[in-house]
Amino acid sequence: MSAIDVNSAMNNSGTLSGISFFSKISSWLLTTSHQRIGRLMVSVSLLWTIAVVVVGVVLDVERISSVSDLIDSTSATQLFSIFRIGLIFGSITPMTLGIALAIAPMQIGSQVLAFARAAAFGAYLWFFGMIIVGVAYLGNGGPGGGDPQMVDLFLLGLGLVIAGLLLVSASIATTILTSRRAGMTLIDAPIFVWSSLVTTVSLVLTLPVMAGALIFVAVDHTYERATFGATDGVNAWIGWALTSPQIFLLAISSLGVLAQIVATMNKGKQPLRGGLFIGIGVMSTALIGTVTQSFYSLQLNSELNDIAKNLLPFLMFNALPMLGLLIVLGLCLLAMKNEKAKPSGAFVLAFFGVGMVLTGMLGNALLRISDLKLSNTVFEEAVLIYIGYGVVLSSFGAIVHFGPRIWGRKMPTMPVIGLGLLGVLAVVLAALPYYIAGFTDQPAARMTGELGDNSQIWNSAAAIGQAIFLIFIFAFVGLVVKTSSSGEIADEENFETVQAN
Amino acid sequence: MSTNATALNSGPKIVMRRQALVLSGLMSAASAMLIGSMLAIWLQFRANAPLRESSDGSKMLRDWLPENIKIPEVATNTMMLTFVITCVMVQWASYSSRRADSKHTTLALAVALLTEIALINAQIAVYMQMDIGVRDSSYTMMFYAITATMSVLIVIGLGFTVMTMFRSFASRNSDHDLVLAHSVYWYSLAVIFATMWFVVYVQK
Repeated sequence: MSAIDVNSAMNNSGTLSGISFFSKISSWLLTTSHQRIGRLMVSVSLLWTIAVVVVGVVLDVERISSVSDLIDSTSATQLFSIFRIGLIFGSITPMTLGIALAIAPMQIGSQVLAFARAAAFGAYLWFFGMIIVGVAYLGNGGPGGGDPQMVDLFLLGLGLVIAGLLLVSASIATTILTSRRAGMTLIDAPIFVWSSLVTTVSLVLTLPVMAGALIFVAVDHTYERATFGATDGVNAWIGWALTSPQIFLLAISSLGVLAQIVATMNKGKQPLRGGLFIGIGVMSTALIGTVTQSFYSLQLNSELNDIAKNLLPFLMFNALPMLGLLIVLGLCLLAMKNEKAKPSGAFVLAFFGVGMVLTGMLGNALLRISDLKLSNTVFEEAVLIYIGYGVVLSSFGAIVHFGPRIWGRKMPTMPVIGLGLLGVLAVVLAALPYYIAGFTDQPAARMTGELGDNSQIWNSAAAIGQAIFLIFIFAFVGLVVKTSSSGEIADEENFETVQAN
Repeated sequence: MSTNATALNSGPKIVMRRQALVLSGLMSAASAMLIGSMLAIWLQFRANAPLRESSDGSKMLRDWLPENIKIPEVATNTMMLTFVITCVMVQWASYSSRRADSKHTTLALAVALLTEIALINAQIAVYMQMDIGVRDSSYTMMFYAITATMSVLIVIGLGFTVMTMFRSFASRNSDHDLVLAHSVYWYSLAVIFATMWFVVYVQK
């Protein structure tokens, strides 16, 4: 509860203990406190993360054996789709925005969020939009779904989700641009604030592009069902927003979290601090993927002229964002080396989260080399898992790092480090086998037929990885709930370091 | 007694809090990206349309705009001109607001409101004169999608004008930022419409 909310509650009832259950609930639901809106978004996105990982477990278990019939082929198509949409729009985007909502205003010295009601409205639009999307999926209405009315419902839900995330992003960006404390320029702002600004502005610029395509697809699907390919056209026209380089934008705030944790560990001493800003900015070049909506591949087995012609766009779209990540990672490691700082639990989560994102980006670069023939194999799914789950890991790092600022209690270091390592093991197990299976041509987004013993091994390993990741999420949430009520009280020093560079 | 020796330096300059202006800028950028993406898809479909012979057989044309559809150029050109007038009115409002002249600000915004209603009216006139169905062809479906989206942006701007006008009417002279934000939104909307007008109504 923020200071403002405490005051208003006390004015209304005289004492905090006098607040009834329902007024407490309504004070949460109708809140304009940036911390509460952010926490609501993070909480609901955690539920979506759990749902998505459960879907991942089911799909991977189903893939283990060709004779297994847990789900039919129609449901499988929908489940593959909900895994992707749910991970991107239900989990990682709102989670990163929720953390930015809760933390960024505090870091810049602002007590309130700009257009807080618009942000709350956006959060609710996203929430109900995702419910509609979920209901549409249950009625066989996702992309490629068989029930036309449910597909219309899906498109409506996705439109609401985009509108909601757009409002939240605009509110955060406006707060950062206008409400910094006196004397704080953008270059003085904490690095997490900078990464939040870059992420939100990127979303403000790219989500409407997706909305434009969605409007055409929705009108076509409602009235004509020919021009944009009916239900199959959904993936064809908005698919670019569900894959790289667009999803790189969602990993930008992971860099901010890591750099912020490292800066705090080193008491604000960061060599070449401007380099961090540049690195995060370079990663945002993934924006240009929105403009072209194309994949830029490289064929090594061709004429030198052709290689040279294709190399520049290939590097610009696939390697440049990776360069930004490497700059930030390198500078963070440099800061750690100089100060001999002791790694914290938050650092472990954020560092390995960024590591997973990097592995996903490397995989994406390999995916775009035509000679390797990895397109339309499970290699693509592994890229999404590495990046998506990597962002979840680093978001958990942010919760560990910034949590004490919100609920006043620290999370224990050793259990967090142990959980972090479990999470890393889970992500590697869930994704790495598909990197390998991609080279054996296991097809993407399909239940496999006769694939031989090796594929069974990879699918089994991936299923175990997904299951461990599910356990990891439950354990982490349990730890947060426990320590937020009965953990060690955070000292004032910890509070001060939140605003350190 | 001199106070120079003991006087404190002035504090850091307070950051300007132009939240409405910044939000308006962001929303304008989002609107531009929205219509821009739809125009890009429109152009892609038009470029990929098959070729057909012109009615006099003298040249080959893209089979994009159905032959029986006539775009009412008077109404569409009037819309473009109305946007120019709207921009002049919102600039008048902004100019007056900067000088704390709430009467002129309110009057300018009221005239802007009328021109904005005229825009919606003109769009309805275009639909009625064209008399085409959404299901008739790919062209008609896309035509309705893109022009209706533009109309929604105009309606949002109209609501923005009503709110700004009422605040000005209540003599909130400190609302200059809001009036400026309103101007920015309408300028950007005019540029967005001009692009759409050229692609959809002029180039067809």
